[in-house]
Amino acid sequence: MRELTYAQAIQEALAQAMDADPSVFLMGEDIGVYGGAFQVTGDLVHRYGEDRVMDAPISELGQAGVAVGAALAGCKPVLEFQFSDFATLAMEQIVNQAAKLRFMLGGKVNVPLVMRFPAGSGTGAAAQHSQSLDAWLAHVPGLKVIQPSTPADVKGMLLAAIDDPDPVMVFEHKLLYKMKGEVPEEPYRIAIGKAHVAREGRDVTVVATSIMVHKSLEAAQILAAEDIDVEVIDLRTLRPIDTATIIESVKKTSRLACVYEGVKTLGIGSEISARIAESEAFDYLDAPILRLGGVESPIPYNPELEKAAVPQVPGIVEALRNLVRGRM
Amino acid sequence: MNAVSKIKPNARPFYQRYSPAELKEALRKMHLIRRLEEGAEEAYMRGLIHGTMHLSIGQEGSAVGATMALRNSDYITSTHRGHGHCIGKGADPRLMFAEFFGKEEGYCRGRGGSMHIADVSTGNLGANGIVGGGLPIAVGAALAIKKQKRDDVAMCFFGDGASNEGAFHEALNMASIWKLPVVFVCENNKYGMSVSTERSMAVANVADRASAYGMPGVIADGNAIADVEEAISEAVARARRGEGPTLVECKTYRTRGHSRSDRNRYRTKEEIEEWKARDPIPHFEAELMAHGIATEAEVSAIRDSAEAEIAAGIEFARLGTDPNPAEVTRDVYSNEAA
Ligand SMILES: Cc1ncc(C[n+]2csc(CCOP(=O)(O)OP(=O)(O)O)c2C)c(N)n1
Ligand SMILES: [Mg+2]
Repeated sequence: MRELTYAQAIQEALAQAMDADPSVFLMGEDIGVYGGAFQVTGDLVHRYGEDRVMDAPISELGQAGVAVGAALAGCKPVLEFQFSDFATLAMEQIVNQAAKLRFMLGGKVNVPLVMRFPAGSGTGAAAQHSQSLDAWLAHVPGLKVIQPSTPADVKGMLLAAIDDPDPVMVFEHKLLYKMKGEVPEEPYRIAIGKAHVAREGRDVTVVATSIMVHKSLEAAQILAAEDIDVEVIDLRTLRPIDTATIIESVKKTSRLACVYEGVKTLGIGSEISARIAESEAFDYLDAPILRLGGVESPIPYNPELEKAAVPQVPGIVEALRNLVRGRM
Repeated sequence: MNAVSKIKPNARPFYQRYSPAELKEALRKMHLIRRLEEGAEEAYMRGLIHGTMHLSIGQEGSAVGATMALRNSDYITSTHRGHGHCIGKGADPRLMFAEFFGKEEGYCRGRGGSMHIADVSTGNLGANGIVGGGLPIAVGAALAIKKQKRDDVAMCFFGDGASNEGAFHEALNMASIWKLPVVFVCENNKYGMSVSTERSMAVANVADRASAYGMPGVIADGNAIADVEEAISEAVARARRGEGPTLVECKTYRTRGHSRSDRNRYRTKEEIEEWKARDPIPHFEAELMAHGIATEAEVSAIRDSAEAEIAAGIEFARLGTDPNPAEVTRDVYSNEAA
């Protein structure tokens, strides 16, 4: 099958959505002639025109509100934030408006918008351009939050997000944009709310998100040589969480580790740990649950410090080995 | 030999108010900024600096012109394009380079990098990764100045693009209703990344927005240091007198791309060339020589000394100390036990 980068897969999904539905339009900063800060929209402005690929002024709160209003009135906006960190400027419209309008109006309206957030560390962009705020938004009922980890997933999940009648937040790790993978050409959907078992194994369940899926798969590969068989679950959706898939896996492996880039405390792994502790899988556990997350600090500029701030393959390998071998 | 000053009484006030030594120091700072950024660009290209970087090459006139009227106890808030403001306020290029190189000796101990460069000892409260982030912070610093009955000012640098953020409008309004000693300095370089002011604003000038908040809005030629300084010094004097904020818009241009990833698809080569021909540095040199404030030999000695200082700064930074990764969470709180 043909290969695309993660960024190209997003672009193809956006183009196919615009082809299929005239109410879909894109908005964001520098998504027109510049092609987007990460070249995701690329030449779409030349193919679809400035009315459908709209460069907006640097007004994140305003853009988010405009997306809400357009969604209420029959359009399907897809808003690109230049960096996920700037969601903080738009929190009012995302959290108070987009997430709650349907509920507050007694189910009489829906808000079919998509917001895309380039996220994560690893580019040397320092504390205000490297955060992983996915768990923040996943805390808000009314939003759906997805974090696709492969080119094929991002295309299918983005198309599902655009179809969705509710607001969907898409977190895209910046280091994934250049990653290549097989992507079917025709439009297809991958359901929001379904985790994916990326690797089957019998000794330990790793629930990972976004780029940590790849790091966990790498760790699993290394541990396979030591006869440790790791199951890696790509969570894919942070809200709603596919608890059933995780429970089933933990009942099989009897061990659980959560690996995520966001700050460890109150992060997505905390929620998954709690769900397993509350579930019938708890009785199957042979070891305490383990969380590997970002350190309790902003992301530093220095590249070595930056690496030390989020889980890396050697640390994952060591932690999983200790978990399975009973050395905590 | 020093040039024999032949400043005419009708020369612009800028050339009369400052001593020749002060004017030459201003030129030296402009060269320092230029060479610092060229040096950083080279180091970046050679992989010695990582991350991204926003160069202000072409905008040195506004950075130095605006900070000349300030004293050490005045504050500035700066932007992602903040190297010039930092040097203008008196920072040491060696410690700036150490920061770019991610070293412990750097202004932010290698934690901040170019986008967060700050020399607190000279009143620089920080560059900012968030467009518009510094605007209300400057207003807050000015509020503190007023509460403490000081006659200092807070100078807030921001771009044309930042004036489309809500924070800009909220900040100007608060500064005005509370008559705070703020000088808002907009460096209008015609673009917020790729989007021109024509496409992002419904008025012709950022200064036009001042009237909505009841403060003077002044336009200066950002590539003529004298023009900038004269507009700014009036605004600073007004602020020190307790008469409230002013918005000064410096019309200028960045001749480099927005950041390292810019392919300049949104502007023409002709436009870039046109502005390169209006480079603020040769313009100022010519004025200094025309007024007999500096000779050609002095001008080139200033250029050489800036060059040497930057080369020494890079050398200093290369030999700096790498932070210890085990200390990744230090300085998150004042009380490290937290
Ligand atoms: C809140 C926020 N939105 C977007 C960005 C990305 N960004 C960084 S600089 C920039 C352009 C800023 O334009 P302007 O204020 O005119 O300053 P200039 O870059 O021209 O100096 C953009 C969009 C950001 N850093 N922060
Ligand atoms: Mg600008």
